[in-house]
Amino acid sequence: MVKAINCAIDEAMAEDEGVILLGEDVGAKQGGGVFKISSGLTEKYGEHRIRATPISEQAIMGACVGAALAGFRPIAEIMLMNFVTVCMDQIVNHAAKLRFMSGGQTNVPLVIRTTTGVGVGFGGQHSDMLEAWFAHVPGLKIVTPSNPADAQGLMRSAIACNDPVIFIENILCYGMMAEAPEAGYRVPLGKAAVTREGSDCSIITYGRTVFDAVEVAGQLAEEGISVEVIDLRTIAPYDEETVLASVRKTGRAVVLHEAVKAYGTGAEISARLHEVLFNELKAPVQRIGGAFSAVPMASALEQAWIPSKDAIKDAVRATMNWKK
Amino acid sequence: MKIDRETLLDIYTRTMKVARADEKFRGLLAGGSLAVVYYTVRGQELVSAAMMAALEPSDYLVTTYRGQHDQIAKGVPLNLLFAEIAGKATGTCKGKGGSMHITHPDTGVMVTTGVVGSGLPIANGLALASQNRSDGRVTVTCFGDGATNIGAFHEAMNMARLWKLPVVFFCQNNRYGEHTAFADHTKVESIVARAAAYGMKGVQVDGNDAEAMYAVAKEAVDRARTGGGPTLIEAMCYRMMGHFFGADFSYMPKEHLAEMAAADPLPRLRALMLDYQFTEGELNAIVAGIDAEVEAAWTFAAGSPLPDANEIRKDVFEEEIAA
Repeated sequence: MVKAINCAIDEAMAEDEGVILLGEDVGAKQGGGVFKISSGLTEKYGEHRIRATPISEQAIMGACVGAALAGFRPIAEIMLMNFVTVCMDQIVNHAAKLRFMSGGQTNVPLVIRTTTGVGVGFGGQHSDMLEAWFAHVPGLKIVTPSNPADAQGLMRSAIACNDPVIFIENILCYGMMAEAPEAGYRVPLGKAAVTREGSDCSIITYGRTVFDAVEVAGQLAEEGISVEVIDLRTIAPYDEETVLASVRKTGRAVVLHEAVKAYGTGAEISARLHEVLFNELKAPVQRIGGAFSAVPMASALEQAWIPSKDAIKDAVRATMNWKK
Repeated sequence: MKIDRETLLDIYTRTMKVARADEKFRGLLAGGSLAVVYYTVRGQELVSAAMMAALEPSDYLVTTYRGQHDQIAKGVPLNLLFAEIAGKATGTCKGKGGSMHITHPDTGVMVTTGVVGSGLPIANGLALASQNRSDGRVTVTCFGDGATNIGAFHEAMNMARLWKLPVVFFCQNNRYGEHTAFADHTKVESIVARAAAYGMKGVQVDGNDAEAMYAVAKEAVDRARTGGGPTLIEAMCYRMMGHFFGADFSYMPKEHLAEMAAADPLPRLRALMLDYQFTEGELNAIVAGIDAEVEAAWTFAAGSPLPDANEIRKDVFEEEIAA
């Protein structure tokens, strides 16, 4: 997946001088980024377009907002998602709102690339999925790929988008291998994928947990439960049409994410399903997410923290066994 | 230090435009014709006028909520400004921004922020775009002494110097951060002393001295435009009417108020104009012309329609939000 993201940025930079990348350690001198996403790009496009920055997230984000206002399409690399906390002002008060507050005179075509994920023992300040914070802010789009082809296609679309996009990568997905899509491949923003078709229950998820959902769906098929898996790909604004169509068909739904369950995006999606499909639902929508604590370091605790496959299965079975 | 008469006249005109518009706003607020949050710029008219006179119309400006002087001096049309502050559909931002978020790219006013210190990192980005494009533009970012103790200031100063960005950090030191006096929020003698910490050129100037203020502004702008990198300017001035219009400022000591009144830039600039052989008649005619423009701007704003409620679905994203 690292190569897929690198390839998408490379293609966009080749096409448009205005695409630039700012972030800590992203240059050739620093080895092309901690996760090597910008490997080889300085050599092709120069230090004026691949700008290795001081450890200054406010300055990184502010500079990207300013360059975007001037018509560039900057990519801000925030090494780990928890570090967005030190530049929230630029993201929430500025990137998200300048189009609106200027009455549409300016806009911020900015991509904020960031990485996170539970399962590698990084502990409480390097692992959080914080998408719900941003989903609550009008003006931001949030994207997360679950596979290399989507990573490439969604990144191209994010760079082309005329509004700010937060692009969340999961560390555990970086090693995923797949056949490379054709050059210029794009996946549209705001369009979910039906990863697996089914007729009894819909699992609505995104990012790394798509993998878990597909695995669980395979196991439940052996019990005679037909699970449909929806990969949102764009978390906000999400593809409500596809989600509603799926749940209308199955009558049952489980919303699954790695982020803390309480007040998560699952709550919003579940609420919408109840608002719109109350009379068609065969069971209440179930939510599965991370535990209500900081992400722990010890592997044993981490595994207790993240949604387990058993918990996902139980949630699906609960919808199947619901008695009105 | 002498400057040419044409430049001085330009500074005078910009200063008086700021002053007369500000006086009009205060009158409208006091009389009840306007009921909005307004941060008066009384006392800071000249610092801004001299800086903007050193810029080209295409240069970028990033300013802050106390920014009406910067916007007017940069050239934002008064009718659009009055309409925006009055919350009308015809305002610069269709009534969606107000006085704290005036934006007018046609005159280079790219951002007005309501968050102290946040403009500095954004100014770097505009300057970075100019640097990569080699378009010769300079970005000026205005802020007060209160903004120099927030992290964004330090991060932005360091990055600007690191990359030699064509940006001018224009600190209007009006001696107060909201209600807190300079000496109660900062223990270095001057803001400009901090420039050394970033390896940056820094200059302190009496902002109410038109000749000195213009010379410092011009030098910094020229340095940025010719690839010499950023400058920190600390223009000493006074905020003569408190934090926001109508706010109690009895916490400001009497001696400070007296010092402030004595340093009022408007009579001082008028005296300088007379020294430069402009006549009372010429100056009065300029002010009369400005007053007519200010009145016309308010007439335009007052007669303009309110924004349509559907506007809340527009400009959130490029595509409209479904009803």
